[in-house]
Amino acid sequence: MLTTHFPTRDPDPVQLLDPSGHRVTHPDYALDLSPEEYRALYRDLVRIRRVDAEATTLQRQGELGLWASLLGQEAAQIGAGRALRPQDFVFSSYREHGIAWCRGVPPIDLLGFWRGTAHGSWDPYRAGMANYQVVVGGHALHGVGYGMGLRLDGADGAVLVCFGDGATSQGDVHEAFTYAAVFDAPVVFYCQNNHWAISEPLTRQTRVPLYRRAFGYGFPGIRVDGNDVLATLAVTDAALEHARSGSGPVLIEAVTYRMAPHTTSDDATRYRSPDEVAEWAARDPIARLRACLEREALADDAFFADVAAEAERLAVQLRTECRSLPDPRPTALFDHVYAGPHPLIDTERAQLTAFLDQFTDRSTDRFTDRFTDRFTDRPEGPGSWS
Amino acid sequence: MELTLAKALNSGLRKALESDRKVVLLGEDVGRLGGVFRITDGLHKDFGGDRVIDTPLAESGIVGTAIGLAFRGYRPVCEIQFDGFVYPAYDQIVAQLAKIRARTAGRVAMPVVVRIPFGGGIGAVEHHSESPEAYFAHTAGLRVVCCARPSDAYWMIQQAVACDDPVIFFEPKRRYWDKGEVDPGAGAPLPLHAAEVVRPGTDLTLVGYGPTVRVCLDAADAAAEEGRRLEVIDLRSLSPLDTATVRDSVARTGRLITVHEAPGYLGMAAEIGSRITEECFYSLQAPALRVTGYDTPYPPSRLEDVYLPDLERVMDCVEQSLSY
Ligand SMILES: Cc1ncc(C[n+]2csc(CCOP(=O)(O)OP(=O)(O)O)c2C)c(N)n1
Ligand SMILES: [Mg+2]
Repeated sequence: MLTTHFPTRDPDPVQLLDPSGHRVTHPDYALDLSPEEYRALYRDLVRIRRVDAEATTLQRQGELGLWASLLGQEAAQIGAGRALRPQDFVFSSYREHGIAWCRGVPPIDLLGFWRGTAHGSWDPYRAGMANYQVVVGGHALHGVGYGMGLRLDGADGAVLVCFGDGATSQGDVHEAFTYAAVFDAPVVFYCQNNHWAISEPLTRQTRVPLYRRAFGYGFPGIRVDGNDVLATLAVTDAALEHARSGSGPVLIEAVTYRMAPHTTSDDATRYRSPDEVAEWAARDPIARLRACLEREALADDAFFADVAAEAERLAVQLRTECRSLPDPRPTALFDHVYAGPHPLIDTERAQLTAFLDQFTDRSTDRFTDRFTDRFTDRPEGPGSWS
Repeated sequence: MELTLAKALNSGLRKALESDRKVVLLGEDVGRLGGVFRITDGLHKDFGGDRVIDTPLAESGIVGTAIGLAFRGYRPVCEIQFDGFVYPAYDQIVAQLAKIRARTAGRVAMPVVVRIPFGGGIGAVEHHSESPEAYFAHTAGLRVVCCARPSDAYWMIQQAVACDDPVIFFEPKRRYWDKGEVDPGAGAPLPLHAAEVVRPGTDLTLVGYGPTVRVCLDAADAAAEEGRRLEVIDLRSLSPLDTATVRDSVARTGRLITVHEAPGYLGMAAEIGSRITEECFYSLQAPALRVTGYDTPYPPSRLEDVYLPDLERVMDCVEQSLSY
């Protein structure tokens, strides 16, 4: 149950589907889904994994500058994402592709950021989700402020603030906990504990399970099996409802694992063992749900084949769209820095335009080779930068 | 021996750790991983987790605890993973680190180094390409330096660690893999805060630091083909500023252009231009000019080639200066 009482012992993470795919019950979290709903969750999981894999490939081929894979965290994200309602709002970090997917952000809009065509490609108000946050923990207070606004407006809605285990060390996140608590902000803090912050293990961020942080601030904390999509859905649903109904914030710790390196430029073999990775591979969130669907005869072979084919089509489409994402025009530099005209910006825009005119081939109105070799002249070197 | 700038920093840090057991390194991923740019590669293995410390993910914590360690007689070297992530530590740097010597009437020294890989040109996402040096150079109590070449990287990091004041140490991340000769036997060729004429010339003085030194040298090459001899100064120190070296140069060439990636408004070039105008007004044959990043947020990487001062923009400015 959602309680503010400090637990006398750590309960097991909430689970509704065990690792072999058996439905299990939990006294506090019932989940009654129709067969269609089960299948829809499965379809989400497979599709977002395929999108993620395609993005990794696109990065390898030089189409993206970088990609942060969600591999292994699909259930943590799809469960939470499908618990959201239209009136809710999300603030997330850079790895929440599954949440964005559930908010209806077209996959191509995830890629502009990583390709370097835009800092944020989707409209936060249309999606009900702010653009990705790169500064670890930087968005936690934004979520609380948004929640305070919802309260002041007397609006029905809650905020989901997503961050990682590493982020829980940031001062901003602790401030967010305090603000949310004292203002009863309708905020669900959703921490995906994927056990790593780049090369640093969880033990470098905390001595106790992360969900326990909540009790010190005076709100409920709950730990859920992050590789169980039914459990993440049920727990997030309850937490959002708790927040929407005016009972204040909740912290959810979704226990999961980052199966891929931190980003495409990381080399995870430098700091973690293949055994650990293999151990988590055995708890794969998609295999788990599939086993359940098969056992309970909720889906047949035709369904699985169909989902796979559909994911493949999605990947092909994403690849095409990515390759044809246009580069912004040079003077886009000056767009949106201020609400209106600004003398310095206006002067610099005029200077750049005059300067570029020298390089423009009038017959084609295209720039000469000055701006064509973007990804070919990058310095080469080892690194795992974020 | 020939080293990359990254390896030169690594060797300099190793030297610092060897020569003083009070030297400790702190930062995110600096331990087993060796830092995201591998600047601390192998140091955790050789000096252990008590001296090469993987910190929790909190920059304010890194600098704040470094201050406490310095209070206790340590010489911490902090790594900020990327320029854009120094801001959570900004309060600790400008409101605390910079002021403790003055606050304690000189009783407490703050020999803390804060290393910051900075600048653009690596095709990165937001917050990974910024040039925040002016914020720090504007703060009394901080020394601010920037290496551009492997030899300087090797010596300057050791000088920074040995310094009894806090030093903000900027590293040009897009030059990490540039190679250059380093002679560890020779002894530091220059004091930490000296600028250096890295290419003599007669017609115009180009001042750069960090990543733009290379851009200035390329411009000098290009100008040489047209018979112009440009002098290039690697500033090396942003605070204090070695105005004497710049002034002596401009007194000879009569023309000054400063090149940096940071936005122009209130940037280093503004300070240099103003001081040189004050100190050698009668030698100037053209106004002090600058080529800088635009006064916008650092753009998405597909636009960074437009944003960054490059050869063409510097040459354009050289022409402008020579036209006076
Ligand atoms: C303020 C800040 N410091 C450092 C970084 C560099 N960085 C990017 S991701 C990351 C680790 C984040 O770990 P965690 O919060 O667990 O999220 P995960 O990447 O595992 O999803 C670090 C140190 C950053 N982006 N922002
Ligand atoms: Mg993590």
